[in-house]
Amino acid sequence: MFDKLLIANRGEIACRIMETARRMGVRTVAVYSEADAGSRHVAMADEGWLIGPAAAAESYLVADKILEVAKSSGAGAIHPGYGFLSENAAFAEACEDAGIIFVGPTADAIRAMGLKDAAKAIMQKAKVPVVPGYHDEDQSPDVLKQAAADIGYPVLIKAVAGGGGKGMRQVHAESDFDEALEGAMRESKAAFGDDRVLIEKYLTKPRHIEIQVFGDKAGNAVHLFERDCSLQRRHQKVVEEAPAPDMPLALREQMGAAAVKAAEAIGYVGAGTVEFIVDVTNGLDGAEFFFMEMNTRLQVEHPVTEMITGYDLVEWQLRVAAGEDLPVGQDEISINGHAIEVRLYAEAPANNFLPSTGTLSRLRFGATGPHVRVDTGVREGDQVSIHYDPMIAKMIVWDRDRSSALRRLRVALADCQIAGLNSNTAFLIRVAAHPAFIDGELDTGFIERHAADLIPETGGVPYRVLVLAALDQVLRRAVDARHMATKSNDPHSPWAQVNGWVMNDDAHEVLRFADGDEEIAVTVHYQTNGYIIDMPGGSVRARGEIDVEGNLIANIDGVRSIAAVVKEGQLITVMSHGSAQRLTLHDPLEVGDMEDGGSGAITAPMFGKIVQVMAMPGDVVEKDMPLVILEAMKMEHTLCAPENGVVAEVNVVAGDQIDDGAVLVSFEEKE
Amino acid sequence: MAVLKSDIKVRSDEFKANVAHMEGLLGDLGEKIEVIKGGGGKRSQDRHVGRGKLLPRDRVRGLLDPGAPFLEFSQLACHEMYGGDIPGAGIITGVGRVKGQEVVVVCNDATVKGGTYCPITVKKHLRAQEIAMDNNLPCVYLVDSGGANLPFQDEIFPDRYHFGRIFYNQATMSSRGIPQVAVVMGSCTAGGAYEPAMSDDVIIVRQQGTIFLGGPPLVKAATGEIVSAEDLGGADMHSRTSGVTDYYAMNDSHALAMARQVVGTFNRKKYVSVDVQAPREPLYDPAELHGVIPRDIRTPYDVREVIARLVDGSEFDEFKKLFGATLVTGYAHIQGYPVGILANNGILYRESALKGAHFIELCCQRNIPLLFLQNITGFMVGQKYEAGGIIKDGAKLVMAVACAKVPKYTIMIGGSYGAGNYGMCGRSFSPRLLWNWPNARISVMGGEQAASVLSTVRRDALEGRGGTWPVEEEETFKNEIREQYEHQGHPYYSAARIWDDGILDPAESRMAIALGISASFNAQPEETKFGVFRM
Repeated sequence: MFDKLLIANRGEIACRIMETARRMGVRTVAVYSEADAGSRHVAMADEGWLIGPAAAAESYLVADKILEVAKSSGAGAIHPGYGFLSENAAFAEACEDAGIIFVGPTADAIRAMGLKDAAKAIMQKAKVPVVPGYHDEDQSPDVLKQAAADIGYPVLIKAVAGGGGKGMRQVHAESDFDEALEGAMRESKAAFGDDRVLIEKYLTKPRHIEIQVFGDKAGNAVHLFERDCSLQRRHQKVVEEAPAPDMPLALREQMGAAAVKAAEAIGYVGAGTVEFIVDVTNGLDGAEFFFMEMNTRLQVEHPVTEMITGYDLVEWQLRVAAGEDLPVGQDEISINGHAIEVRLYAEAPANNFLPSTGTLSRLRFGATGPHVRVDTGVREGDQVSIHYDPMIAKMIVWDRDRSSALRRLRVALADCQIAGLNSNTAFLIRVAAHPAFIDGELDTGFIERHAADLIPETGGVPYRVLVLAALDQVLRRAVDARHMATKSNDPHSPWAQVNGWVMNDDAHEVLRFADGDEEIAVTVHYQTNGYIIDMPGGSVRARGEIDVEGNLIANIDGVRSIAAVVKEGQLITVMSHGSAQRLTLHDPLEVGDMEDGGSGAITAPMFGKIVQVMAMPGDVVEKDMPLVILEAMKMEHTLCAPENGVVAEVNVVAGDQIDDGAVLVSFEEKE
Repeated sequence: MAVLKSDIKVRSDEFKANVAHMEGLLGDLGEKIEVIKGGGGKRSQDRHVGRGKLLPRDRVRGLLDPGAPFLEFSQLACHEMYGGDIPGAGIITGVGRVKGQEVVVVCNDATVKGGTYCPITVKKHLRAQEIAMDNNLPCVYLVDSGGANLPFQDEIFPDRYHFGRIFYNQATMSSRGIPQVAVVMGSCTAGGAYEPAMSDDVIIVRQQGTIFLGGPPLVKAATGEIVSAEDLGGADMHSRTSGVTDYYAMNDSHALAMARQVVGTFNRKKYVSVDVQAPREPLYDPAELHGVIPRDIRTPYDVREVIARLVDGSEFDEFKKLFGATLVTGYAHIQGYPVGILANNGILYRESALKGAHFIELCCQRNIPLLFLQNITGFMVGQKYEAGGIIKDGAKLVMAVACAKVPKYTIMIGGSYGAGNYGMCGRSFSPRLLWNWPNARISVMGGEQAASVLSTVRRDALEGRGGTWPVEEEETFKNEIREQYEHQGHPYYSAARIWDDGILDPAESRMAIALGISASFNAQPEETKFGVFRM
């Protein structure tokens, strides 16, 4: 085994690899871009090396730089993680040439599997079933169209070099073929620089089931059963589980054997995944399965396999890379229980899953242990930037059966507190709680079909969220006031009490929240022991405290629960039961940055000559829009609109000599 | 410290009847305050809000730190005076906290007669300034006033404690380093224009605040010049041209935020000159005071029952317990602050007066704030007591009370009659703050005694001239006097005329006292120098 491992990756996978390396007594070397200088993976590693600017193309994808770091740091091996250079045959070759172990398959294996049609041809030769399709070189539209007709509609047009749904089109009728082909080729050209396509039979109710395989240099190969990754959104996996629900034993054995055959066909070394597509129109029993592609790397979803088999796949990768044989044989590998992984993304499901960026002002997970595992590359306070994948964490749960695991998942997700950006946590909870999903209704069309349930219309702010927001606000104030008082020389001052005390009156306060354009007034009545909180929907009795972890322990009408509220400026995020609701608190005192505009006029700051007038009476102008240019003291001065408004009068024309203080442009009175 | 033990039976009918009585008084007070909070009434308030202005109470709340206490003064000022339609005298005053700094707030209520000053408005404004001076507290003036209420001109303009005193006070306070901020949220006309002009910092609200010596009508009458209020003294003119104002606010909220910023620049520290403990609640619930106080002011009870419900842990170290027992003196803490308490427990004798004077000397020596709990019918009269020199011993107490420079606080918890009022730090003796409980009565003597004295004098005069006075007529005469005294001795009558700083719920007294004491630490302690004690 090598002493030192360079991890040519970032984020959660870099951290996850380091954990295993550390446990095995291998020193770790991180590489990082300028944007990642403060990242968790750098902090975790024994050494960290800067390799370039934020853009991956200038850092994590630059093979030479990484090899250079490997040499300089004395690393004996490079683990590429997933993505970036993990399936780059040239890089694997370069490593070999430099005498550094590439933790992964040989360059030949990567190449063999890299092009989909070639991979399929190899599989067909090895008697692994493939989806009926056209994989030939002739790319003339007529040939392709004929091929589609031969296969029979519906068909799928895919980029030969593709992945991630790019350059892919479903075609349901011949009349749509031409347009779809054109689109697929154009996209494929743009994304991969290669517009070649292949055509496949499109399965109407497909399940995505993949088999984890492992090979060693001695030629042994095993499989570690299947993972079901059918829950996808636009070909991106959302939920992955192992084993596949309702998987018949016979099918599992067939698929496992086929996958091992596939690996053996190319002399595969290390961790790989053979992806199959299974047509479940008539259920899984006796269903046909077809080879789709082989991923020659560790998959994002590998933890579910680890959870049901009890093996550390990264450890296997390192051992195999170091030349050791596989630690166990096929007979020794068995399935224990059920595991499910979800990917927590910084994205807004309600807004068409638009990626979200920002600072994770709060990032907390519930307790982890044998049942709940969280793989993450970020910490509270870290940025989720535009530069990389917006994944916050992977949450993996395990229990003895699927329904127990789903329960664990719902609970663990409900314990997540994520603020500072949008996350898909609540969406994932709805998936995990969906009756059809619980029933095992699994196929790649699930999310689209149940979108109405999974991404409900936003229906205003629930009253509980308002109560929590108001409660947190008054409690936090009390804490701050106490803190201030302690530092002062009147530490027990009754003036520091935040109880709204007034002579001969009910002590209360009105908090004005806003949800979008809607204003919501919440009245907090201070009581001896807590508060009465009045809202548009009713009234509750509430009290609570903020614990050392920043959790809000709330008691609302006698019901105690844990939530968290983060306030950044006027923006409030209420995290409760896995949802994160955002509100703004209108603080009348936070208007200090209001401009002193409102002069209603632009006046000449000094004597001078008008060079140019850009304003006309009636013009609607925006703040800072240049309206007049004045020449004075041999300098040109641009005079801008003091605020948004409408021009009332323009009193000068170019060439006018004007006095200090003269009104040049006036604006209409605002209502 | 010694813990007081209560003998009050909270389940007794007597207690319950007392509670019902006190709650009746508080309920009535609450109703009156509710009306006062409504300022000039709904129509007037709607019109005010319709102009984009915040209501005065919202302005005060918006100025103060969110959730912080507000110790309001003289809520009932002007009650039933001048036709009874000037609620709160058209002005809100009190101590509140801004950016962690206690400040006196003076806020005009333009919904009440345009925020103009009647005689009681002047008095209320001056009293707030006096409190600021006594306690070295910064002032924030939220100005929105039409100035003097002209029909009252003879009662508000010429005299020493009339309108001009406001500006005299501003100058004097400024010379003593007390920061003052004016927020011009409405008119500041004529004399009123000096209020911002005499302030350290002036904020003015655009299209809303105006400051001028003479308004457009007066200008037109005087010189024929026709000018709009805005051009004559609006925010733009004063912020850009005259320099009368320093900060230009877009609206009320913005102006208040600016005022808070300005207060944040004061750079002041409190001098807490006493040994503060962690506050503790009394062993007996302060709310029980409602049942401790007898329904009839003449019913005697042990004032220690009151003290036990006012002080931390009900702990009271009594001084000279066995001597001059009609005045209870001793040390305690209220919300952590040490206090020396003098509380009446019967009529004042020479011993009690001597003891009181002695105790005040001790508290001044030790720099302990004083709390007077007044329930006093007066000093003992009669030949024996005059011969015993009760006057010179009473004089010693009055001398001690007058000269004591430690912060003094007075609560009228029952009757306050005659010279007892002086010896127990009545209004004339400048306690920092003075409150009435709703059951209190104040007059030169009790209504009954006054009726007896006056009818005796009259009967003697009539009979001296050989006349007679039928008993029924005498009874009618006495009833009139009794009624007059009852009316004029009532806390509402007192509060209306600002003989006190407000009517206080007994159960809230701890908080009010503690707020007062804490605020007093904005001023450095003053050394007491007593005058000549007649020996």
